[in-house]
Amino acid sequence: MNYFPDEVLEHIFDFVTSQRDRNSVSQVCKPWYKIESSSRQKVFVGNCYAISPERVIERFPGLKSITLKGKPHFADFNLVPHDWGGFVHPWIDAFARNNMGLEELKLKRMVISDDSLELISRSFANFKSLVLVSCEGFSTDGLAAIASNCSFLRELDLQENDVEDHRGHWLSCFPDTCTSLVSLNFACLKGDVNLAALVRLVARSPNLRSLRLNHAVPLDILQKILMRAPHLVDLGVGSYVHDPDSETYNKLVTALRKCKSVKSLSGFLEAAPQCLPAFHLICPNLTSLNLSYAPGIHGTELRKLIRHCRKLQRLWILDCIGDEGLEVVAATCKDLQEIRVFPSDPFVGNAAVTEVGLVALSSGCPKLHSILYFCQQMTNAALITVAKNSPNFTRFRLCILDPTKPDAVTNQPLDEGFGAIVQSCKGLRRLSMSGLLTDQVFLYIGMYAEQLEMISIAFAGDTDKGMQYLLNGCKKLRKLEIRDCPFGNAALLMDVGKYETMRSLWMSSCNVTLGGCKSLAKKMPMLNVEIINETDQMDISADDEQKVEKMFLYRTLAGRRKDAPEFVWTL
Amino acid sequence: MINVFLSSGSVHAQACISPEIRRIRQPDTGSLYNILRLVHHPVTLRQSTLSKVEVVETEASSYPVEAELEILTAKDFPSVVSQPHRPNNNNSMPSTCAVGAVSGTKRAADSVSHDQGGSPTAGRWRLHSFQVVGWPPIRAYRMNSLVNQAKAARAEEDKGIGEKDKSKENLKKKICNGNKNNATGNEKGHLGFVKVNMDGLPIGRKVDLNAHACYETLAQALEEMFLRSTTTINSIGGEKQQVSKPSKLLDGSSEFVLTYEDKEGDWMLVGDVPWGMFLTSVKRLRIMKTSEANGLAPRLQDRNEKQRSMPK
Repeated sequence: MNYFPDEVLEHIFDFVTSQRDRNSVSQVCKPWYKIESSSRQKVFVGNCYAISPERVIERFPGLKSITLKGKPHFADFNLVPHDWGGFVHPWIDAFARNNMGLEELKLKRMVISDDSLELISRSFANFKSLVLVSCEGFSTDGLAAIASNCSFLRELDLQENDVEDHRGHWLSCFPDTCTSLVSLNFACLKGDVNLAALVRLVARSPNLRSLRLNHAVPLDILQKILMRAPHLVDLGVGSYVHDPDSETYNKLVTALRKCKSVKSLSGFLEAAPQCLPAFHLICPNLTSLNLSYAPGIHGTELRKLIRHCRKLQRLWILDCIGDEGLEVVAATCKDLQEIRVFPSDPFVGNAAVTEVGLVALSSGCPKLHSILYFCQQMTNAALITVAKNSPNFTRFRLCILDPTKPDAVTNQPLDEGFGAIVQSCKGLRRLSMSGLLTDQVFLYIGMYAEQLEMISIAFAGDTDKGMQYLLNGCKKLRKLEIRDCPFGNAALLMDVGKYETMRSLWMSSCNVTLGGCKSLAKKMPMLNVEIINETDQMDISADDEQKVEKMFLYRTLAGRRKDAPEFVWTL
Repeated sequence: MINVFLSSGSVHAQACISPEIRRIRQPDTGSLYNILRLVHHPVTLRQSTLSKVEVVETEASSYPVEAELEILTAKDFPSVVSQPHRPNNNNSMPSTCAVGAVSGTKRAADSVSHDQGGSPTAGRWRLHSFQVVGWPPIRAYRMNSLVNQAKAARAEEDKGIGEKDKSKENLKKKICNGNKNNATGNEKGHLGFVKVNMDGLPIGRKVDLNAHACYETLAQALEEMFLRSTTTINSIGGEKQQVSKPSKLLDGSSEFVLTYEDKEGDWMLVGDVPWGMFLTSVKRLRIMKTSEANGLAPRLQDRNEKQRSMPK
């Protein structure tokens, strides 16, 4: 291979698309490193503070597409203070200054300002795709800039962001010459949109395949849109309320008949269930259905809908579907691969599903490999049954609403149940547990979960041994996040080298002390050990015996970050 | 351990409190009330190897102040209960007893934990899931949506419509009129967690406005979050008195006042407009030093007068 000209090698490497594979390729020898690095177009940075933008640019000058993740995962649950970090501006700035031909930007849990959005729209002539997941810091003004200036925009995908809505006319900012849109998702926007502009935009976007509307788009507009976009593959319905006897509804039914390509359906942010039969036409083709924001759809109407969805592979649903509803899913959706069941009633705090639903799914759906399940209760017996039925789980996340609840029947900890899961599911990569759990479950995980990459633990374990079993056993562990567990310095410091093989470790409300963290930081200069100090009780000269409320550590080549706020100390 | 279950219509909670409380408080009618206060007030959960009482905190108290108590007898608990208890639906009740409530739906009776003493699980709190910070682990965006949607449904019920079916019917009727104005109800999409900053503190917090039904509870939640000096058990006695006093933040007696930025970008004093109006216009909150708040509209102004404040 050494005698091939570079262009040939480059051409061969073009077929290697996964980042992990390309990383491996680049480690073979120096020439391969050079060629691979200069030709790589897509880069994934799992922690924006692990490396500096300048270094990325230097290594990958041909970069066109970048994915960046910012805040720790637990920031999703309000455990990370507001101004912790995750600012994307330095990256945009660096790309702009270095004239990178950036075309795609995907951000998760980052802070992006309107200024950054404006800078993107002006600096990258070929900019095509912006995907923001769980981000904040921007408003519809920033979106207007993107709409106005990115002439070749193909994708604008906003998922669950906190967007300040200035109720401006950002949608109207797409110029008439913009006809390149393939995907538009603004379901998370809270404000009104210019409906006429929306319809015109859809009409002039022949390539539009994915459209997710927000609540402000009513049914009659939906009908108009569908008439103009019969080739949609992915549809997010906004507000779905109407009188089923009205003409608008009938027009909708006609429009839906023409939409033979819709495979993915979501939204129904407000829904009148009696209008759902219109969608029964579409259901037989659906592979993905997300009704997790539609509490208005439940009971018989929901079950009727599900019974039409024989090809479903992915289902996101609220727990008001109940165990009976899940049994319908299990009986109908034989191709189901991923299911997420979210809680629907925050005030009561009761989930309407139990271990019964979970067992039904595992018996009925042989291809099921990814689950997120919020439930009322669980039993070891059920988990053991699930483990037997479904050895193929790659992602298993179980959340019992009462965080330390034991087996609902035997009152025992759920160690045996989760132990069975990790033993049976040899390909398990992601695990979240809840319920009453002792050190024993960690022994099992350490012993059996060889492929485990990410694990989230809360209110579990008894002693440091729990965490030690985990760190010792899981060789492929990349992300570990722990809250409210009795793990202390002995566990933290047992194998400090391990953390360089991982992306990050989060520990909050545990027993690690300031002294322990300092000691770790001292031994491992390639880690940033950050303490989040929210109360004023602790200062840097404080007693080393004091327990640290929140610690987040991660490996990095960039040294301590310069944008850390006052309450974050890097030790 | 005491399991205290509160039920208030569709709301219920449980708190598990170690025997230490019993020792500190006199077994009188006041102490259970204090325990209820504890549950209703935002307090912090810390996992600790100590078996002392820990106090539970959330970003916002999730429950309305009024709570009825339903009590089951010991036979409803399959496991050991230290003192059997007579059902008593009134507010005066013995302090040291296991009480339980069922809120109707299918729910396994949460049994009192067996491991009272030496087992490693002693001292672990069994709490209502939504009272613990960051639990259940649902993305904030989804949580906001959830709470907004649930609140809308409850609001329909609270309008005195009564039975659930009827309110659903009415909701349907309202919806089925193809009423486009329905969309404006979605200003509720604006509610949820709003940022709160306090002068002098570098860290902002977020508070869930949906969890409050009036200024009092909001102000108290914020006081707990920012101004609390101690959350030990000893302050619980003090809390009993605090509850009956109006919040310091609202009545002007503190060195801080609570202000908010409204939709137009003006900073206003919290408390002057009806709660519902406040909810639709608030963008964020700030706990401001009273000395700095001089430019803002005085508290006792006529409500009809349009209040415009100087920019901060």
